[in-house]
Amino acid sequence: MTNALSTPSPEIQKEEKALVPLLSVQGIYKSLGGKLILDDISFDLEKGQLKVLIGPSGSGKSTLLQCIHFLNPPDCGDVILDGKSAREMSRKNICSFRQEIGMIFQDFNLFDHLSAKDNVAIAPRKVKGLTKAQAYERALLELNRVGLSDKADHYPAQLSGGQKQRVSIARALAMDPKIMLLDEPTSALDPELIGEVLNVIADLAKGGMTMLMVTHQIGFARHLTNEIIFMEDGRVVEQGSPELLLDEYVNSRTALFCSRLTELTGR
Amino acid sequence: MNTWEFYTTILIPALNKGLALSIEIIIPSAILGLMLGILTGAGRAVGPKWLRKLLEIYVSIFRGTPLVVQLTMWYYGFPTITRFLEPILKPRGWPSFTWDIFMMQPFTAAVFGFTLCSAAYHSEYIRGALLSVRRGQFLAAESLGFTKLQTFLFITAPIALRRAVPGCGNEIIYLIKYSSLALLISIRELTGQSNHIASLYFRHMECYLLTAIYYLAMVTVATVLLNRLERLISLPGMGRAS
Ligand SMILES: Nc1ncnc2c1ncn2[C@@H]1O[C@H](COP(=O)(O)OP(=O)(O)OP(=O)(O)O)[C@@H](O)[C@H]1O
Ligand SMILES: [Mg+2]
Repeated sequence: MTNALSTPSPEIQKEEKALVPLLSVQGIYKSLGGKLILDDISFDLEKGQLKVLIGPSGSGKSTLLQCIHFLNPPDCGDVILDGKSAREMSRKNICSFRQEIGMIFQDFNLFDHLSAKDNVAIAPRKVKGLTKAQAYERALLELNRVGLSDKADHYPAQLSGGQKQRVSIARALAMDPKIMLLDEPTSALDPELIGEVLNVIADLAKGGMTMLMVTHQIGFARHLTNEIIFMEDGRVVEQGSPELLLDEYVNSRTALFCSRLTELTGR
Repeated sequence: MNTWEFYTTILIPALNKGLALSIEIIIPSAILGLMLGILTGAGRAVGPKWLRKLLEIYVSIFRGTPLVVQLTMWYYGFPTITRFLEPILKPRGWPSFTWDIFMMQPFTAAVFGFTLCSAAYHSEYIRGALLSVRRGQFLAAESLGFTKLQTFLFITAPIALRRAVPGCGNEIIYLIKYSSLALLISIRELTGQSNHIASLYFRHMECYLLTAIYYLAMVTVATVLLNRLERLISLPGMGRAS
């Protein structure tokens, strides 16, 4: 989203071939412990699009995100990011493939031994080879973007859940990812802290970041997305616009699942 | 000779000499033991399977046998190995070597023995600390593009080392005390001196009481230093509350 401003000409070229998806997930299968967890998952993500992934607990959403990231490589199938196939990459290239995908975890996974600023700066320094000064400058910029410039020297143990999650978003953004995968970014948070994290995500979406987000915050998500993917037992069961899945087909699996969620949580 | 004279001219000078020798043994053993322990612990936690097996064997031997046996083995037992090698080498016309290749100075044998034993214990603390680092932390590191080695160096190791400090510190305190076993391989360190003076003058009570105070002093200094180190590397939410 940042280089859209600085380098206009290649961007225009990309606009022309906008039909080629930025991320293409192709026929992913994954078994864990002898059980098939992901059963032939395929979908595309266009540049600037936000897709929402929902589904009951245990349906394989987290596993899918880890497969897309090749943190947990799929048994079969491929992930193509910006024309590059992850399957064909060497080990070293997989690391640079991963740099281009930002991952946000449900339980933040900040590095406990580093301050907020160092959490954000360490990957630019060690992976991208920025100097300490450059990396800190970038870290402060990203922390400022998520509204935490005053917490730069705090350690994870001194931050609230919402603040930790915002640091983790800043940490991912500092690597200039082409896309972001968010795995229930607000489900470990107290209700009063959810808003601050959702605001950051909404800003990212408006800024044109391509995102795949697992969430149960349907009310929030439907205003940002034009496509919901509903998963059950490792398969994509339904896929479509929120209006279609939630309003028109009132008996869709997605609508039933969401109404049950609303009953349970009152949201 | 009155009691006061015995203390000032005989006992205290002898114990001071012993103390100096003890410290000369303890410091290299602690440093080498910790370094070897870190390598062994890391190998056991994240090394390839064959290395893990090998190190497991090393640790179980050195944790499973009395240190007295290990020390006397290095000092008295090991040099006699040539006696077993001779009949193998000689008939084949291979040069037979003299037995002093395997003979260590008592000091070397003590540092060697203490290092190997203490490294085996250190490796337990290091391994436990490495395994205690949450999986989420490596997932996060790898998701940012860290290689496995970078993840280990910049994330896992710094967290684990902080967690291992109390255990490894404890092992160093033990080392201070078991260094007294060096007297069994003819080193007259602190306890050795004390033994010597006690039996020469028949003043066991005073000799051993003062020796105990010397050890207590060493352990106290070590404890203060270790606490200071712990405080130095502690971070909010990790280690002691500051
Ligand atoms: N290492 C593993 N070995 C065996 N089974 C696993 C493993 N990891 C996950 N599973 C199983 O895979 C299934 C999918 O897990 P996953 O965490 O992807 O679900 P999820 O959709 O993210 O659920 P939630 O909404 O609770 O986070 C579950 O049934 C889980 O028990
Ligand atoms: Mg999950």
